[in-house]
Amino acid sequence: MSGAALADAERGDLPASGTACAHCGGATAPGQCFCCTGCGAAFETIQGLGLGNYYRDVVRDTLARRLQPSGKPRTDLTRHIRTAADGSHELTLAVDGLQCGACVWLIESVLAREPRVTAARVNMTTRRLRLAWRGDVGGAADLVGRIEQLGYRLVPFDPDCLAAARDEKGRELLLALAVAGFASANVMLPAIAIWIGLFSDMGPGTRALLHWVSAAIAMPAILFAVRPFWRSAWSALRHGRTNMDVPISIGVTLVTGMSLVQTINHADHAYFDSAVALLFFLLIGRVLDHYARAHARAAAEQLIALQQTDVGVIEADGTVARRDAAAVPAGARVLVGPGERIGVDGEVVQGESLLDTALVTGESLPVAAGPGTRVFAGTLNLGAPLTLRATATGGATLLAECVRLMDAAEARRSRFVAFADRVARRYAPVVHVAALATFLWWWGVQGMAVADALLIAAAVLIITCPCALALAVPAVQVIGTGYLFRRGVLVKSPTALERLAEIDTVVFDKTGTLTDPALQLASAHDLETLRLAASLAATSRHPLSRALAAAAGPVVPAEGVREEVGAGLAWGAVRLGSAAYTDADATATTPALYLSRPGAATVRFDFSERLRPEAAATIAALRAMGLGVELLSGDRDAAVALAAGEAGIDTWRAACSPVGKVAAIEALRDQGRRVLMVGDGLNDGPCLAAAHVSISPSTAAEISQNVADVVFQGASLAPVADTIRTARRMRRLCQENIALSLAYNLLMVPVAVAGYVTPWLAALAMSTSSLLVMGNSFRLRRNRPGDAR
Amino acid sequence: MTPILWLIALSVFLGAGGLVLFLWASKNGQYEDMDGAAQRILFDDERKK
Repeated sequence: MSGAALADAERGDLPASGTACAHCGGATAPGQCFCCTGCGAAFETIQGLGLGNYYRDVVRDTLARRLQPSGKPRTDLTRHIRTAADGSHELTLAVDGLQCGACVWLIESVLAREPRVTAARVNMTTRRLRLAWRGDVGGAADLVGRIEQLGYRLVPFDPDCLAAARDEKGRELLLALAVAGFASANVMLPAIAIWIGLFSDMGPGTRALLHWVSAAIAMPAILFAVRPFWRSAWSALRHGRTNMDVPISIGVTLVTGMSLVQTINHADHAYFDSAVALLFFLLIGRVLDHYARAHARAAAEQLIALQQTDVGVIEADGTVARRDAAAVPAGARVLVGPGERIGVDGEVVQGESLLDTALVTGESLPVAAGPGTRVFAGTLNLGAPLTLRATATGGATLLAECVRLMDAAEARRSRFVAFADRVARRYAPVVHVAALATFLWWWGVQGMAVADALLIAAAVLIITCPCALALAVPAVQVIGTGYLFRRGVLVKSPTALERLAEIDTVVFDKTGTLTDPALQLASAHDLETLRLAASLAATSRHPLSRALAAAAGPVVPAEGVREEVGAGLAWGAVRLGSAAYTDADATATTPALYLSRPGAATVRFDFSERLRPEAAATIAALRAMGLGVELLSGDRDAAVALAAGEAGIDTWRAACSPVGKVAAIEALRDQGRRVLMVGDGLNDGPCLAAAHVSISPSTAAEISQNVADVVFQGASLAPVADTIRTARRMRRLCQENIALSLAYNLLMVPVAVAGYVTPWLAALAMSTSSLLVMGNSFRLRRNRPGDAR
Repeated sequence: MTPILWLIALSVFLGAGGLVLFLWASKNGQYEDMDGAAQRILFDDERKK
């Protein structure tokens, strides 16, 4: 994390020292220490508690949210608190804004000062805070408030969801791994003595004793650790399929059983150590695979939890209560303040305002709303407060429409089979046939005893049951997803990277994906005019005002500015707004604001959408990888053409409805293309589901993040190319690993069939091939010249 | 013959001890936050427990 932050600092993303806010590191007005009063107060609090070392130690993470207190209304906590029998309360919260270990220390130290807090622990991997305290349940709001005042955002997790997420399967696999590891290490002690004894003068009595010791250690461990494989093999067989777990289960069970028979008969060889070591190596692969998935899933849940919004419901007595969006009944009256994101679908009953619908429809300019306007969850209220009447979800809402389209698209998408499974599907029958043929040859043709022939067949199963094959893909997956996670890319679907390596076309959405969600000032003006306009603009939340204020740098907002929603701002005789509002001629073709004042000509401010940082470079990089790039947008023709031109995309289509977008993606698919869809809006949801694989920025609508296979954080578009590059390298490494382990099998199978595989040879071959594959996988961590960001 | 029996019993006992320790640590949540564990030692905890 800190490595990425340092790299970004070197690139110059952080403000130069001296102009940075002493608390959050954001830009400040000249001569100021803080960017806002909230940061000043947070700084005072931290110094007052004697925790000022925080500022010395913190390493800012440019992918994380800046540590600026927002003062937004807080979610209702009480629903999520669990109270234990002894009267202590517990709450788990997602923490947004963690920069590095210093933040963990700060949060825990602040909470430790409170005598009623019994436990406060931040988990840095999952970015969750577990808080336990005694006394009043309502104390939670106060404790959480203390941390939020420092600039972190805390969102409670639903205890039911946490209970469901408790990882039973992971626990079972880890337990099995521990037992198998213990047994394989301890069985090695008698095993090595036996191998050496074969070449020296160990008496049969001693060997029998050592075999019995091996059996005593190995048998219980095998019975315990083989269960996950038996279960998987059984469920495959019951459905008339076969998978790699079938030969593994048969092989391990057969070898263990035969070894016991050999031990009872005082024979030379027993294969307890091979059986346990095989289980141990296979379980490493399983555990790695499982944890890579669980980690990515937890990260995705975190993103979704941070997005949840609560809703101000107007109760019968006229007071406003904040509730979860899901708990708002149809017909309830909902108050949406200025700057608040609307949490429910509904209809405006009172108030006039402007809505930013970029996340919902992809429209980059705000639309007006008044009584009777239908509004959708996810839109942002830019102007005056609105009162809504919530409508039931389902039926004709846009959200329901998108969900229906998404389900349909996912059903039509062909089922993707993971690479390892495809290999296993072909390989498993070969293994079965080879083992059976070996048995029949030695027993039927050569007239060997059944027990001996079975033992040789089992050795074939053990040798061909490739622990290297089971490790080949998970090892690469774990290293690859970990590498991407440290770069702010969350891989949510286990097969996403394999699918990503196959794509040949990339389709981008425009608003919010290719472009920055914010507009920027495109025309040049003298400083005085700009300052005057910005002092008016600073009082409004309209995107154009915000862009104007941002372009002028920190300014003091003018006092007494009147805002006429949908028209403009007035400050005495000075007016800033639309052409009609300022009596100017509407000459602009792009979004514009006009400034009129007595005694001076009207000034026009032009705005343009700004591409995300490194957008053009990313598009060029994608081209260089041999991928086709297209743009599909719900926005107007002119805006899309402009953005396409700037980004260097030749093929674009504007004014697409969600249905039109899905149709476009499916048309590409029918031409045999494998499409990566990169999109963020609610209207992109269906085509994210229809595409071969999909990526969303972490600013995307909740529903899009849910359906996307990969989510990337940060403003830059570069992670898209980076992820595809990593996916391709991972695919190559997986293929190499599989080739390595198959080559090893090709070498060893004849030896096994001929009956020459003794226990020590099996152990040696098994470990060597596993280590070889692991070593090859670690090459993914090496940076190559081509990967410099 | 007797020493070897003692030694085998001892080695298995020690190995089992390691297994029990691991299971305890895992159950205790010691492997749940590897990133945090790596960074925590860098910061002084002023509250003495």
